Amino acid sequence: MKNWQEFEMGAVLFPFEKQGQEELSKHNNERTYTTDSSFTASVAHWRVEKPVHNKDVCINCFNCWVYCPDASILSREGKMSGIDYEHCKGCGVCVDVCPTNPKSLLMFDNLEPLEEALGKWPEKKEGLKKKSYRTEGGYNGF
Amino acid sequence: MASSYHLNGVEAWDGCTASAHALRQAQVDVVAAYPITPSTPIIQNYGSFKDNGYIDGEFVLVESEHAAMSACVGAAAAGGRVSTATSSQGFALMVEVLYQAAGMRLPIVLNVANRALASPLNIHCDHSDMYLGRDSGWISLCTCNPQEVYDFTLMAFRLAEHMGVRVPVMVHQDGFLSSHTVQNVRPLADHIAYKFVGDYVPVHPMFDFDKPVSYGAQAEEEWHFEHKAKLHHAIMESSSVLEDIFNDFAKLTGRQYNILETFDMEDAEVAIFALGTTWESAIVAAKKAREKGIKAGVVTTHLLRPFPFVALGEVFKKAKAVAIMDKSSPSGAMGALFNEIAASLYQVQGSRHPVLSNYIYGLGGRDLTQADLDHIFEELSQDAQKGALTHPTQQFIGLAGPKLSYF
Repeated sequence: MKNWQEFEMGAVLFPFEKQGQEELSKHNNERTYTTDSSFTASVAHWRVEKPVHNKDVCINCFNCWVYCPDASILSREGKMSGIDYEHCKGCGVCVDVCPTNPKSLLMFDNLEPLEEALGKWPEKKEGLKKKSYRTEGGYNGF
Repeated sequence: MASSYHLNGVEAWDGCTASAHALRQAQVDVVAAYPITPSTPIIQNYGSFKDNGYIDGEFVLVESEHAAMSACVGAAAAGGRVSTATSSQGFALMVEVLYQAAGMRLPIVLNVANRALASPLNIHCDHSDMYLGRDSGWISLCTCNPQEVYDFTLMAFRLAEHMGVRVPVMVHQDGFLSSHTVQNVRPLADHIAYKFVGDYVPVHPMFDFDKPVSYGAQAEEEWHFEHKAKLHHAIMESSSVLEDIFNDFAKLTGRQYNILETFDMEDAEVAIFALGTTWESAIVAAKKAREKGIKAGVVTTHLLRPFPFVALGEVFKKAKAVAIMDKSSPSGAMGALFNEIAASLYQVQGSRHPVLSNYIYGLGGRDLTQADLDHIFEELSQDAQKGALTHPTQQFIGLAGPKLSYF
């Protein structure tokens, strides 16, 4: 742990080791983030449920990306590529706004392995009305 | 480039005008403000300077004091020299953001025309708002008249922006008593004032796109304590920087300020300590007391934060009785200044401590009369002769109705 004299004045954080403009031109997977940047630090310790993404159902509408309050929806080459579990707090907003049938994002217990979660994916149901993850209860949303 | 303003050698300014001219001369980049009595004319004058081409910076009209200080924090983080003004309830509304500014180490200068806090609603002077900001991590400078308001506002920029300090600074003046009272002020010419303040050097500005920076991140228990320690250290060390600035300012203007201002303290047996305009009133009373054979002195400080513990301990070491005047309701305790000066005296090892008493006065603009001050010196004189209190420690003076005193 650093001592009080070693911190940057004003509690500021610098995200990149190198020149910002240069780093910003790269995809975020290839940037060199500093170890004490808010990108590197995990802020998801309190999550109890996690959203799982099923790319076979996903239509890449990016509703989840628009609504995620923590910028935790990852994308690559125009397609949604998963969840950033270092920053996702498990709020479930992405699941709520997902429009597909069945949903391509569902909430599972935080300890559920991803492979097993994907194996439990529900089938398409005809005439299913859109349900809210929060108001209808249950972490699998159905 | 803004036009320079023609100033006479001596101007008749009230405290608010003096403050506005100092902001103009410091060429502040951004002022975001919301008007509140009695600080309104600071911003009103500043606005007319801006309208008339005397200011290059931005003037942001916001919807509240919380927004004003928030805009100031944003502008300062972006890399600008920033200032605003407020009073009383507006100050109270700003408090939440004052802590942000201090923690982010943004060298904002805030002019505070001191005024009572409601309820009951009151627009007149007391020091409730000054005391409210004591622990917010800002350096607090206190002034007594428009000349000092002008001088200290210029010096506040130097102090806040000093690379060894980088802490926001408040300049306090007594609402109406100083802010609306016209007195002679000897200003500096624009270019000389600006040269004294110096060009602004931003530290980690958000507008440096090659070095992106986050302000106001969460720190939690693994960091928070260390940042607060660092801020406290910077504030405690800032008094030596202020002394250097006082000396530079004296070379430029001939006006020498000191962190502690004393009147006749060399041989004083009894003394009054008070902030703001009461300093001058107490000097008049001390002179009268001397005529009556009471060895009276007066002490004030220009620096409420960091509190000059050591210097105050020293200055009162030889006194026999000291009255500490608080212009804010103690609301269930001894007055705030009383507590701090009592603590200062206990830092001086091996000395006999003077008899201390606490006078609460002037709340909501109640006049402090010469008769009140004469009476305090009389009481102190009796304390000094007896070597112990001859009256309760804490007394409210100038209060209607039966006498109110405690302890």
